[in-house]
Amino acid sequence: MAENDNDQPLLVADRLSKNYGRLTACCDVSFALYPGEVLAIVGESGSGKTTLLQLLSAQLAPSAGHVSYRMRDGVLRDLAALGEAERRFLFRTDWGYVHQDPALGLRMAVSAGANVGERLMAVGWNHYGRIRDTASSWLERVEIDIGRIDDAPRTYSGGMRQRLQIARNLVTEPRLVFMDEPTGGLDVSVQARLLDLLRNLVGELGLSAIVVTHDLAVARLLSHRVMVMKGGRVIETGLTDQVLDDPREPYTQLLVSSILPA
Amino acid sequence: MTAMIDIENAEKTFTMHLQGGVELPVVRGVSFQVGRGECVVLSGPSGAGKSSILKMIFGNYRCDAGQIGIRHGGEVIDLAQAEPRQILSVRRATIGYVSQFLRAVPRVPTIDVVAEPLIANGVARPEARRQAASLLKTLNIPERLWALPPSTFSGGEQQRVNIARGFISDLPILLLDEPTASLDAVNGAVVVDLIDEKKRAGVAMVAIVHDNQIRNLIADRVVDVTTFAAAA
Repeated sequence: MAENDNDQPLLVADRLSKNYGRLTACCDVSFALYPGEVLAIVGESGSGKTTLLQLLSAQLAPSAGHVSYRMRDGVLRDLAALGEAERRFLFRTDWGYVHQDPALGLRMAVSAGANVGERLMAVGWNHYGRIRDTASSWLERVEIDIGRIDDAPRTYSGGMRQRLQIARNLVTEPRLVFMDEPTGGLDVSVQARLLDLLRNLVGELGLSAIVVTHDLAVARLLSHRVMVMKGGRVIETGLTDQVLDDPREPYTQLLVSSILPA
Repeated sequence: MTAMIDIENAEKTFTMHLQGGVELPVVRGVSFQVGRGECVVLSGPSGAGKSSILKMIFGNYRCDAGQIGIRHGGEVIDLAQAEPRQILSVRRATIGYVSQFLRAVPRVPTIDVVAEPLIANGVARPEARRQAASLLKTLNIPERLWALPPSTFSGGEQQRVNIARGFISDLPILLLDEPTASLDAVNGAVVVDLIDEKKRAGVAMVAIVHDNQIRNLIADRVVDVTTFAAAA
């Protein structure tokens, strides 16, 4: 591990809170994410996981606190203070965002190839042949038959759509990917394939990722570290296998013991 | 002796919040050292806390008090206090763990399950696979199974895959939780040979083995876990 680069956090959350009127969706969350690290945010619906993900990815403004991100020049910058061009750079290139519902992350009526190529064009690629070649190689990496490159994702199955969404996100070689229940709504067999694919891609590309999931098996398979949320607060955090095998908090013990054995 | 593992007064209690907050003391005052090329076997009846101690040395169970010093590169890291990323770094470069059961990832072929720790440490895939193949052959896993995921294998086969995965890396510390439990005599002897090889390479090991014969073959020292009994 290159100590110099990896010793600096990529993203830092500092006492993040979000209120909707009197309702607190997220309260006083602080952590640092390092390069190559995968962090899972677990908890049941309504625990504030998705709100936190939206705060971290600058889609929601916090009521209090800050999110800072280390830009490619090595400088840690407050997301709230970024200019429009820098924000665009993050959304189009340096970050990926995988939605639970692929229809939110894809353009359903244009071809799969164009869905992947669009991200490249947004960062200035303009050679049709090269864009198509890169798109094809990414479809291959996510195990989509090249023969389907000209079909629109509305003709795809749920699992294929999710894999296409992943290709679209990773084609610009982001450093950080946000994922909101990436396997939610998929059949179990399709889930296993997607998880295996994600796990390999994250490892090969050395990506950092923040994954929101209510599924502890997903957290175990994908993440290095886990944060357990309840009522908008982080109640327990640590190494993933430590938190899942030796949970400390009553709520975490309840979550872990509620898994039905297969 | 420079100790690779230096445990001092380590302590573990489980608090069962779902059972009305019952406190379950596991071990207390755990203290021992393991040097290079040495295999320490933990002994004691089931429930004495042998596996818990092994899991604490791997950072899988949290340690409530005391120290678990691990020589990692040029420094000593106290796993009882370490940050998650330090523990991950220790697992990547220093400590391997052979659990009793294989936790297999769906769909991944056996040969890649075994090769993965090398690939994670930067060894090229073909070379990692070559070493994995040679270890699988040593452990008598038939070549026709290598391309299949191990989830459908027999208990003994899965355990041998797990051993191959644990022994493939050149890590200076290995923790072995019942590595021979579901093996026949022939394969048990293969594991004893592999452990001897690791000793000659200077690897420090902590093992749990119930089979007396195998214990006598591999143990340089026995630590009696009942002396750490925490029951009040």
